[in-house]
Amino acid sequence: MVNEKQELQTHKKEAPVEAERTRNRRVYIPSVDIIEKKDAIILLADMPGVDENAVNIVLDKNVLTISGTVEVDHHKGYDLSYAEYGVGDYERAFTLSEGIDQDKIEATVTNGVLRLILPKAEPLRPKKIEVKAS
Amino acid sequence: MWWPEFGRFQRTWDPWREMQRIQREMDRLISRATIPYSQDFPAIDVWVSENDAIITAEMPGIDPQAIEISLKGDSLSLSGSRSPEELKEGEAYHRQERAHGRFSRSLRLPFQVDPGKVTAKYEKGVLTIDLPRAEEDKPRKIQIKKE
Repeated sequence: MVNEKQELQTHKKEAPVEAERTRNRRVYIPSVDIIEKKDAIILLADMPGVDENAVNIVLDKNVLTISGTVEVDHHKGYDLSYAEYGVGDYERAFTLSEGIDQDKIEATVTNGVLRLILPKAEPLRPKKIEVKAS
Repeated sequence: MWWPEFGRFQRTWDPWREMQRIQREMDRLISRATIPYSQDFPAIDVWVSENDAIITAEMPGIDPQAIEISLKGDSLSLSGSRSPEELKEGEAYHRQERAHGRFSRSLRLPFQVDPGKVTAKYEKGVLTIDLPRAEEDKPRKIQIKKE
Protein backbone atom coordinates (compact mmCIF):
# COMPACT_ATOMS: atom_id res chain seq x y z
CA MET A 1 0.00 0.00 0.00
CA VAL A 2 2.70 2.40 1.00
CA ASN A 3 5.54 2.53 -1.44
CA GLU A 4 8.76 3.52 0.28
CA LYS A 5 10.46 4.28 -2.97
CA GLN A 6 7.78 6.63 -4.08
CA GLU A 7 9.30 9.99 -4.82
CA LEU A 8 8.16 12.85 -2.73
CA GLN A 9 6.59 15.50 -4.80
CA THR A 10 5.68 18.98 -3.97
CA HIS A 11 3.39 21.56 -5.24
CA LYS A 12 1.39 24.07 -3.35
CA LYS A 13 -2.09 24.79 -4.52
CA GLU A 14 -3.32 28.29 -4.25
CA ALA A 15 -6.77 28.75 -2.79
CA PRO A 16 -9.44 30.23 -5.03
CA VAL A 17 -10.53 33.68 -4.01
CA GLU A 18 -14.02 33.50 -2.62
CA ALA A 19 -14.09 36.70 -0.66
CA GLU A 20 -11.50 39.43 -0.80
CA ARG A 21 -9.10 39.23 2.06
CA THR A 22 -7.85 42.13 4.06
CA ARG A 23 -4.28 40.90 3.96
CA ASN A 24 -2.62 41.15 0.62
CA ARG A 25 -1.18 37.69 0.75
CA ARG A 26 -1.31 34.53 -1.23
CA VAL A 27 -3.37 31.85 0.42
CA TYR A 28 -2.53 28.19 -0.10
CA ILE A 29 -4.53 25.06 0.50
CA PRO A 30 -2.59 22.81 2.87
CA SER A 31 -2.26 19.14 1.94
CA VAL A 32 -3.97 16.98 4.50
CA ASP A 33 -4.22 13.41 5.63
CA ILE A 34 -7.36 12.31 7.40
CA ILE A 35 -7.21 9.10 9.33
CA GLU A 36 -10.04 7.39 11.07
CA LYS A 37 -9.12 5.71 14.31
CA LYS A 38 -11.33 3.80 16.67
CA ASP A 39 -12.24 6.69 18.91
CA ALA A 40 -11.08 9.71 16.95
CA ILE A 41 -10.46 11.24 13.57
CA ILE A 42 -6.92 12.52 13.05
CA LEU A 43 -6.27 15.36 10.66
CA LEU A 44 -2.71 16.17 9.61
CA ALA A 45 -2.04 19.29 7.61
CA ASP A 46 1.25 20.44 6.08
CA MET A 47 1.68 24.07 6.95
CA PRO A 48 5.37 24.92 6.73
CA GLY A 49 6.19 28.23 8.37
CA VAL A 50 3.35 28.01 10.86
CA ASP A 51 3.82 27.48 14.59
CA GLU A 52 1.32 26.90 17.39
CA ASN A 53 0.75 30.63 17.85
CA ALA A 54 -0.06 31.29 14.23
CA VAL A 55 -2.66 28.65 13.67
CA ASN A 56 -6.37 29.22 13.98
CA ILE A 57 -8.98 26.51 14.21
CA VAL A 58 -12.66 27.35 14.12
CA LEU A 59 -15.49 24.87 14.33
CA ASP A 60 -18.80 26.41 13.40
CA LYS A 61 -21.62 23.89 13.41
CA ASN A 62 -20.16 21.18 11.22
CA VAL A 63 -17.65 23.26 9.33
CA LEU A 64 -14.09 23.03 10.55
CA THR A 65 -11.83 25.77 9.24
CA ILE A 66 -8.11 25.64 9.74
CA SER A 67 -5.97 28.60 8.90
CA GLY A 68 -2.41 29.62 9.55
CA THR A 69 -0.51 32.82 9.06
CA VAL A 70 3.08 32.84 7.94
CA GLU A 71 5.57 35.56 8.64
CA VAL A 72 7.17 36.29 5.31
CA ASP A 73 10.91 36.53 5.68
CA HIS A 74 12.26 38.92 3.08
CA HIS A 75 15.92 38.35 3.67
CA LYS A 76 17.24 41.87 3.79
CA GLY A 77 20.06 42.65 1.43
CA TYR A 78 19.39 39.50 -0.58
CA ASP A 79 17.69 39.05 -3.90
CA LEU A 80 15.39 36.15 -4.53
CA SER A 81 17.25 34.70 -7.48
CA TYR A 82 15.35 31.44 -7.85
CA ALA A 83 11.96 30.44 -6.51
CA GLU A 84 10.08 27.18 -6.66
CA TYR A 85 7.55 27.94 -4.00
CA GLY A 86 5.66 30.95 -2.82
CA VAL A 87 5.14 31.93 0.75
CA GLY A 88 1.70 32.73 2.04
CA ASP A 89 -1.00 31.89 4.48
CA TYR A 90 -2.99 28.67 4.61
CA GLU A 91 -6.67 28.08 4.79
CA ARG A 92 -8.95 25.13 4.29
CA ALA A 93 -12.40 24.14 5.46
CA PHE A 94 -13.90 20.71 6.01
CA THR A 95 -17.42 19.57 6.64
CA LEU A 96 -17.44 17.14 9.50
CA SER A 97 -19.95 14.47 10.03
CA GLU A 98 -22.06 14.70 13.13
CA GLY A 99 -20.73 13.13 16.22
CA ILE A 100 -17.48 14.90 16.91
CA ASP A 101 -17.03 15.78 20.54
CA GLN A 102 -16.41 19.45 19.93
CA ASP A 103 -15.14 20.23 23.42
CA LYS A 104 -12.37 17.70 23.29
CA ILE A 105 -10.67 18.66 20.03
CA GLU A 106 -6.92 18.83 20.47
CA ALA A 107 -4.44 20.54 18.21
CA THR A 108 -0.66 20.55 18.12
CA VAL A 109 1.85 21.89 15.63
CA THR A 110 5.25 20.26 15.22
CA ASN A 111 7.75 20.96 12.48
CA GLY A 112 5.15 22.77 10.44
CA VAL A 113 2.58 19.98 10.60
CA LEU A 114 -0.75 20.61 12.28
CA ARG A 115 -2.18 17.60 14.03
CA LEU A 116 -5.82 17.74 15.01
CA ILE A 117 -7.43 15.07 17.08
CA LEU A 118 -11.19 15.07 16.70
CA PRO A 119 -12.62 12.65 19.23
CA LYS A 120 -15.80 10.85 18.30
CA ALA A 121 -18.76 11.51 20.53
CA GLU A 122 -19.60 8.70 22.93
CA PRO A 123 -22.67 7.22 21.18
CA LEU A 124 -20.74 6.78 17.94
CA ARG A 125 -17.92 4.74 19.35
CA PRO A 126 -18.23 1.13 18.40
CA LYS A 127 -19.65 -1.01 21.09
CA LYS A 128 -18.90 -4.61 21.36
CA ILE A 129 -21.87 -6.66 22.29
CA GLU A 130 -21.12 -9.68 24.30
CA VAL A 131 -23.03 -12.75 23.40
CA LYS A 132 -24.08 -14.57 26.48
CA ALA A 133 -24.14 -18.26 26.55
CA SER A 134 -27.61 -19.49 27.23
CA MET B 1 -15.22 21.98 -55.92
CA TRP B 2 -15.47 21.85 -52.22
CA TRP B 3 -12.03 23.27 -51.41
CA PRO B 4 -12.58 26.75 -52.73
CA GLU B 5 -15.63 26.79 -50.61
CA PHE B 6 -13.56 25.76 -47.63
CA GLY B 7 -11.06 28.53 -48.37
CA ARG B 8 -13.80 31.03 -48.18
CA PHE B 9 -15.15 29.42 -45.07
CA GLN B 10 -11.70 29.63 -43.50
CA ARG B 11 -11.59 33.36 -43.74
CA THR B 12 -14.69 33.77 -41.71
CA TRP B 13 -14.16 31.12 -39.05
CA ASP B 14 -10.98 29.09 -38.78
CA PRO B 15 -11.23 26.38 -36.14
CA TRP B 16 -7.44 26.02 -35.94
CA ARG B 17 -6.92 29.67 -35.41
CA GLU B 18 -9.67 29.59 -32.82
CA MET B 19 -8.00 26.71 -31.01
CA GLN B 20 -4.67 28.50 -31.03
CA ARG B 21 -6.35 31.54 -29.61
CA ILE B 22 -7.90 29.47 -26.83
CA GLN B 23 -4.57 27.84 -26.11
CA ARG B 24 -2.90 31.24 -25.86
CA GLU B 25 -5.60 32.39 -23.49
CA MET B 26 -5.15 29.29 -21.37
CA ASP B 27 -1.37 29.71 -21.27
CA ARG B 28 -1.83 33.27 -20.19
CA LEU B 29 -4.24 32.28 -17.43
CA ILE B 30 -2.10 29.43 -16.19
CA SER B 31 1.13 31.40 -16.15
CA ARG B 32 -0.57 34.09 -14.14
CA ALA B 33 -2.11 31.72 -11.65
CA THR B 34 0.90 29.64 -10.69
CA ILE B 35 4.54 29.99 -9.94
CA PRO B 36 6.55 27.63 -12.11
CA TYR B 37 7.60 24.78 -9.89
CA SER B 38 9.59 21.68 -10.29
CA GLN B 39 8.27 18.39 -9.09
CA ASP B 40 11.37 17.87 -7.01
CA PHE B 41 11.07 17.68 -3.27
CA PRO B 42 11.73 19.81 -1.39
CA ALA B 43 10.79 22.96 -3.23
CA ILE B 44 13.51 25.53 -2.72
CA ASP B 45 13.94 29.27 -2.86
CA VAL B 46 17.38 30.76 -3.28
CA TRP B 47 18.29 34.18 -1.95
CA VAL B 48 21.60 35.63 -3.07
CA SER B 49 23.67 38.59 -2.01
CA GLU B 50 27.19 39.51 -2.97
CA ASN B 51 28.84 37.52 -0.18
CA ASP B 52 26.23 35.04 0.82
CA ALA B 53 23.44 32.77 -0.32
CA ILE B 54 20.46 31.53 1.63
CA ILE B 55 18.54 28.48 0.55
CA THR B 56 15.16 27.85 2.08
CA ALA B 57 13.16 24.68 1.61
CA GLU B 58 9.69 23.80 2.78
CA MET B 59 9.77 20.31 4.18
CA PRO B 60 7.20 19.97 6.93
CA GLY B 61 7.06 17.03 9.27
CA ILE B 62 10.60 15.77 8.89
CA ASP B 63 12.82 14.79 11.78
CA PRO B 64 15.68 17.31 11.66
CA GLN B 65 18.13 14.53 12.58
CA ALA B 66 17.16 12.70 9.42
CA ILE B 67 17.97 15.54 7.05
CA GLU B 68 21.31 15.15 5.35
CA ILE B 69 23.01 18.14 3.83
CA SER B 70 26.28 17.70 2.03
CA LEU B 71 28.43 20.07 0.16
CA LYS B 72 31.04 19.42 -2.47
CA GLY B 73 32.57 22.33 -4.26
CA ASP B 74 29.67 24.36 -5.50
CA SER B 75 27.14 21.56 -5.41
CA LEU B 76 24.82 21.06 -2.49
CA SER B 77 22.74 17.99 -1.92
CA LEU B 78 19.81 17.46 0.36
CA SER B 79 18.34 14.13 1.29
CA GLY B 80 16.10 12.55 3.83
CA SER B 81 12.77 10.89 4.14
CA ARG B 82 9.35 11.40 5.53
CA SER B 83 7.53 8.50 7.05
CA PRO B 84 3.79 8.02 6.86
CA GLU B 85 1.55 7.81 9.89
CA GLU B 86 1.60 4.30 11.20
CA LEU B 87 -1.78 2.71 11.14
CA LYS B 88 -2.98 0.08 13.51
CA GLU B 89 -5.57 -2.46 12.63
CA GLY B 90 -8.98 -1.00 12.03
CA GLU B 91 -7.59 2.42 11.15
CA ALA B 92 -7.88 3.80 7.67
CA TYR B 93 -7.03 6.80 5.56
CA HIS B 94 -10.00 8.83 4.43
CA ARG B 95 -7.80 11.20 2.57
CA GLN B 96 -4.11 11.03 1.85
CA GLU B 97 -2.59 14.04 0.17
CA ARG B 98 0.63 14.45 2.08
CA ALA B 99 3.46 12.75 0.29
CA HIS B 100 5.94 10.52 2.01
CA GLY B 101 8.99 8.56 1.05
CA ARG B 102 12.60 9.33 0.36
CA PHE B 103 13.83 12.45 -1.29
CA SER B 104 17.14 13.68 -2.52
CA ARG B 105 18.10 16.49 -4.76
CA SER B 106 21.18 18.45 -5.49
CA LEU B 107 21.70 21.86 -6.86
CA ARG B 108 24.52 23.97 -8.11
CA LEU B 109 25.30 27.08 -6.13
CA PRO B 110 26.03 30.37 -7.83
CA PHE B 111 29.52 30.48 -6.28
CA GLN B 112 32.11 28.55 -4.27
CA VAL B 113 31.15 28.23 -0.64
CA ASP B 114 33.28 28.10 2.49
CA PRO B 115 32.22 24.67 3.81
CA GLY B 116 33.35 25.46 7.35
CA LYS B 117 30.96 28.37 7.67
CA VAL B 118 27.79 26.78 6.38
CA THR B 119 24.99 26.76 8.91
CA ALA B 120 21.54 25.22 8.72
CA LYS B 121 18.47 25.42 10.86
CA TYR B 122 15.11 23.75 10.71
CA GLU B 123 12.22 25.69 12.12
CA LYS B 124 8.47 25.27 11.69
CA GLY B 125 9.04 22.84 8.88
CA VAL B 126 11.24 25.19 6.90
CA LEU B 127 14.90 24.43 6.36
CA THR B 128 17.20 27.43 6.02
CA ILE B 129 20.78 26.96 4.90
CA ASP B 130 23.17 29.86 5.10
CA LEU B 131 26.04 29.57 2.65
CA PRO B 132 28.77 32.19 2.90
CA ARG B 133 30.83 32.72 -0.20
CA ALA B 134 34.39 31.48 -0.04
CA GLU B 135 36.92 34.23 0.56
CA GLU B 136 38.98 33.29 -2.51
CA ASP B 137 35.90 33.34 -4.70
CA LYS B 138 34.78 36.83 -3.76
CA PRO B 139 35.05 39.39 -6.49
CA ARG B 140 38.04 41.68 -6.23
CA LYS B 141 37.95 45.23 -7.17
CA ILE B 142 40.76 46.11 -9.45
CA GLN B 143 42.21 49.52 -9.12
CA ILE B 144 43.29 51.28 -12.23
CA LYS B 145 46.71 52.75 -11.79
CA LYS B 146 47.25 56.31 -12.65
CA GLU B 147 50.05 56.98 -15.01
